[in-house]
Amino acid sequence: MTTIIELSYILAASLFIIGLKYMSAPASARRGNLIGAIGMLLAIVVTLLDRQIVSFTWIIVGMVIGSAAGWASARYVKMTAMPQMVGLLNGFGGGASALVAVAEFLKLAKNPPLPMDSSITIILGVFIGGITLTGSFMAYAKLEGLVSGSPITFPLQKPLNAILILTILALSVYLVGWTPNMLFFWIIVAISLIYGVLFVLPIGGADMPVVISLLNSFSGLAACAAGFVVENNVLIVSGSLVGAAGLILTQIMCKAMNRSLTNVLFSAFGTGDSAAGAAGSTSDKTVRSVDSEEAAMVIGYAQTVIIVPGYGMAAAQAQHAVRELTELLQGRGVEVKFAIHPVAGRMPGHMNVLLAEANVPYTLLHDMDDINPEFPHTDVVLVIGANDVVNPAARNDKSSPIYGMPILDVDKARNVIMMKRSLNPGFAGIENELFYNPKTLMYFGSAKEKVQELVAQVKKL
Amino acid sequence: MPEGLLIGIEVFVLAMFVGFEVITKVPPTLHTPLMSGANAISGIAIIGALLVAGGKNDLVDTILGVIAVIFAMINVVGGFMVTDRMLQMFKKKPTEK
Repeated sequence: MTTIIELSYILAASLFIIGLKYMSAPASARRGNLIGAIGMLLAIVVTLLDRQIVSFTWIIVGMVIGSAAGWASARYVKMTAMPQMVGLLNGFGGGASALVAVAEFLKLAKNPPLPMDSSITIILGVFIGGITLTGSFMAYAKLEGLVSGSPITFPLQKPLNAILILTILALSVYLVGWTPNMLFFWIIVAISLIYGVLFVLPIGGADMPVVISLLNSFSGLAACAAGFVVENNVLIVSGSLVGAAGLILTQIMCKAMNRSLTNVLFSAFGTGDSAAGAAGSTSDKTVRSVDSEEAAMVIGYAQTVIIVPGYGMAAAQAQHAVRELTELLQGRGVEVKFAIHPVAGRMPGHMNVLLAEANVPYTLLHDMDDINPEFPHTDVVLVIGANDVVNPAARNDKSSPIYGMPILDVDKARNVIMMKRSLNPGFAGIENELFYNPKTLMYFGSAKEKVQELVAQVKKL
Repeated sequence: MPEGLLIGIEVFVLAMFVGFEVITKVPPTLHTPLMSGANAISGIAIIGALLVAGGKNDLVDTILGVIAVIFAMINVVGGFMVTDRMLQMFKKKPTEK
């Protein structure tokens, strides 16, 4: 029996790898996800056959409740709320791993002393899992708007964090080297949970793609740690796969913002001093603003149009109106493409999901590196609710805090229509010289209404 | 170093490499589904949770285990389902309504 279980676990782990492999192309991705789900089902079924399991009542209760909650949230969540959803799911995964580690400690602590490797892996499991749990819920609260999305800082924040980490280290050394001490163990649990909140608190809204990716990685590493705790290789394999996936995404996101991970985590970007850089005198610059009719003329008589969506499109739920505009323009013979910056939105790939929901074919969506060479021979770029990712200061103003960040070169196109609520600088508080570029037409208003007006006007042409 | 731990570390390191190899190739368009799909896989902690919840333990362990089972199942079911919901929207050509 044990052999069958072990072999099934290897099969499940292989299915996860194959599933992830299939995820690398849109056409096969859905099958890949299904293969992963089959692997999971297999792993669960054979675990239930394990002789260690003596009672099924509570297992069934837990599984029914968890499945129902998971099913309902997956079924009814709005696509715009996907970052929050993924945040929550990360948290639950991390929480489950932490609980497994805690339960194992309670069991082992009855017969001291604990083997050293068990104590180390249990503490790691509790720490990573705990941070993932509360950190993800904090990220959820920020994304959902329950807590301010901007960086939250308070005096002595960094010293406090340092003290917490040192305390954990000291207590861990004691627990590993000496005898199990219940009080110390619970303090470690508590600090891990508190630290999760504190670590997400100073990170701002536009940095959320990094945080979500990192927490995604943590949820995998937590499962991995739980795998070490219960000495189960399928947990270790699956956990590392997820850990690696999250790390890769984190790295891509950091690169797309030209910032190091430490800078994202510890600098509370956009809270003041860091944003002062480029906010020089702008009062003497002029802005050309247009109404819907003019904007429709510019865009309707163009041959090539590139649409650059940003968080503003998601916030205003304008993706369906954008699709309507796209089809209308295509009907007029205009070539329409979308340029997606890697950190547009609040999570990696956020814009792609929203546009897919609105029925925009993914073949129209282009990554930054592919589309940048096309801007110089593009008639009109329509920027909808994006700002920092199209700010030329990143390319040519060394004093700007975003200098060096890869951007979409929209200023190289013949005309730019910036759809924005106001001239306010974006999240990072950085002045955008693109607004004052003679090629730029500012089209003020809320993204959804303005795109709808544009649709109506283009129809009249 | 205990043998179990050693094998565990071995598996961990190799699996990380496999993970990096497989996932580097995922295009940016699929980053969100990749994340939620990978996230569902991290719900594999369900196995540990099941062993705790159903094992011969005292009440506290069982309660912790059941909560862990609930958390992990939300992660697994929610993760795979929401990924599927997203992926079925990704289309090459616009569909007629």
